[in-house]
Amino acid sequence: MIDWLAAHAPTLKHWLILSSALFAIGLYGVLARKNAISVLMSIEIMLNSAVFNLIVFNRYIAPKGADGQVFALFVIAVAAAEVVVGLAIFVTLFNRRKTLDVTQVAAMKD
Amino acid sequence: MEENWKCLSELSWLIPGLPLLGFVLVGLGRRWLGEKLSGWLATLLVGGAAGLAVATAWTYFGYFGIGGKGPTVVAWSLPWVSYQELLKVSVGVLIDPLSLMLMVVVTGVSTLVHLYSLGYMAGDSGFSRYFAFLNLFTFSMLGLVIAPNLLQMFVFWELVGASSFFLIGFYYTKPSAVAASKKAFIVTRFADLGFLLGILLLAYYGFLMFQDLDSLQSGAYTSAGLQVLDFEYLTSLAVVNRFMELQGGTVLTVALVLLFMGAAGKSAMFPLHIWLPDAMEGPTPVSALIHAATMVVAGVYLVARLFPLFAGSPSALELVMVVGAFTSLFAASIACTQDDIKRILAFSTLSQLGYMMLALGVASPAFPLGFTASTFHLFTHAFFKALLFLGAGSVIHAVHSNNIWDMGGLAKKMPFTHAFFLIATLAIAGIPPFAGFYSKDEILLAALTSGHTWVFGIGLLVAGLTAFYMFRLYWVTFIRPPSSKAAEHAHESPWLMIVPMNVLAILSVVAGWVHFDDYVNSGFQYMVDHDSRVPLLASGAAVIGIGWSAVLYLGQKVKATAVARAAGALYRLIKRKFYVDEIYQFVTHQVIFRFIASPVAWFDRQVVDGLMNLSAAATRAMGVGLRTLQTGQIQTYSLWFIMGGMLVIFSIWITFYPY
Repeated sequence: MIDWLAAHAPTLKHWLILSSALFAIGLYGVLARKNAISVLMSIEIMLNSAVFNLIVFNRYIAPKGADGQVFALFVIAVAAAEVVVGLAIFVTLFNRRKTLDVTQVAAMKD
Repeated sequence: MEENWKCLSELSWLIPGLPLLGFVLVGLGRRWLGEKLSGWLATLLVGGAAGLAVATAWTYFGYFGIGGKGPTVVAWSLPWVSYQELLKVSVGVLIDPLSLMLMVVVTGVSTLVHLYSLGYMAGDSGFSRYFAFLNLFTFSMLGLVIAPNLLQMFVFWELVGASSFFLIGFYYTKPSAVAASKKAFIVTRFADLGFLLGILLLAYYGFLMFQDLDSLQSGAYTSAGLQVLDFEYLTSLAVVNRFMELQGGTVLTVALVLLFMGAAGKSAMFPLHIWLPDAMEGPTPVSALIHAATMVVAGVYLVARLFPLFAGSPSALELVMVVGAFTSLFAASIACTQDDIKRILAFSTLSQLGYMMLALGVASPAFPLGFTASTFHLFTHAFFKALLFLGAGSVIHAVHSNNIWDMGGLAKKMPFTHAFFLIATLAIAGIPPFAGFYSKDEILLAALTSGHTWVFGIGLLVAGLTAFYMFRLYWVTFIRPPSSKAAEHAHESPWLMIVPMNVLAILSVVAGWVHFDDYVNSGFQYMVDHDSRVPLLASGAAVIGIGWSAVLYLGQKVKATAVARAAGALYRLIKRKFYVDEIYQFVTHQVIFRFIASPVAWFDRQVVDGLMNLSAAATRAMGVGLRTLQTGQIQTYSLWFIMGGMLVIFSIWITFYPY
């Protein structure tokens, strides 16, 4: 079993396919979901796919350095801040319009 | 004297400049100035121009002397358009006896009319607007008079037409006034087409021969700073001679006939006279200034200005003579039958303008007396005709009607107006020693001595008719017993209206005593053998006319109706003004509108506009289609964005990896 796994170790290509799949799932969510929180979550998925790419390239292209991992941590921190801002906007939005449906908020003004 | 002349000629631009200033100030500031102030300001500025004009004339004749043909001076000029080295046009002030005479007449009559209008227009809602336009007209007319070249003259020619349009349509709430102003503008514009074509012809050939003639005379033109369109160049002997040789003089004749068309439009010669009687819809002082004394003589002025050129084309001069003689007779006969006091005066103006044209037409290098006679008549006519109109205005002011049969008995009610009107009537009828007698006498003498006996006969007949219709007007308005309530309770006009009439009345007497030939003449040498029969015949014709009108209109019963009934169809023909208006109506509506204008309008509306509408509709449909893409949904936009991005990547991919 171990041998089989060792023989079939995932290569760069596999990781990139996984990353692309994540990105596509996120993109679909951004375009198709109506709930603002779902859209935000989909954006997070897309961010994660990018972070995934950074780590994968760090591992396969420059295994001695840690630049990719540092970048990844950085992106996670920024994403966390972004979620805070986004959720705060959603709270205000819900207070004002009693909805989180993004198709209903085409205009900035009431 | 020389210093005075230098100083005044440098200031000559102020003569049209002051009325322009008045137009700008009164036109823009009429809310601030208020009625009274704007009226007086306009009057004062024109009065200043009049003072300057008189002073300039005085020093000019003092400095250059009288007797011969005074020199032509371009006192002030500015380059205006320059097409190329030899084709330039300037604006400037041309001073010669002819322009000086008209400057004095225009500014003088204009000042008096301004003064009169202060009384006449008092209380009118458009008081300041009226004075602004009156100033504009005075400025334009002066610009026309002082024009040193044809182009400047044309520009101001159009400007006087425009200001005349504004003033005829002054009562713009009255449909008849609006129609009259449009009629005047369109008819004169149509005539101006001929004027413009004539200018182009003269300019084209004048330009072609300019360099050649200039070098033949060792640079005489260029050193004098003359330009192709300058009157001094066009009327110089060499140019006239060259034009006379050019294709046997055909070009010259055609150009002059075209120019005369413009002149005939402005001076209301038959068959372009139809606008002038209708122009009486304007305020009466306007009729006095524009449609009697100044603007309508612009045509006469143009022909007189270009007289050396006209002298080179006998057939063009003959046309001027025939048209003038016909118009004078035609209009005089209509004037005998009209009932509207202003229309009678309008037809009388037509007739007198015809007289002036006739006088120009009989003039020639060999017998140039007609030139002086015509300008002399222009000079005297301006005063007594303006006075007649102002008197008529005063009467209308008192009676509130234009119809002479509503008046009567005004001699006692309005003694001043009556006295002045009588003087003007005697002057136009040609009774010595009033002004009209001298100028008319000179015209008749010119016609006789130049060998145009039939023109002399017509002139004599017109002189009799003039006396007849003017005294008909006089008897009915002033002497016959009052025929309406308003006429019984008429009062004399305010002094603001009396004073200008008084000045004009004095001028109507003394203007004829000037020995005019010493001041304004054509420059051709000639001998006049004074024929003592001419003044006798002329005043005889006038006396017969007066006598006849007294017989017909002074009795208890008006005998004229019986005469009119006896004349029958002829009377109706004349009364309806020979149906000229109806003929115009028929030609324009039934022929031109129906067979030319309507099809062209159809083509324009259906085909030209159709193409325009098609392209508009296509654009609109595209807009409607594209509008649906703009939903306001970020998700839709980003979908498009991503699909676009994918399309770009895909196309790059298949371009670089074609396998």
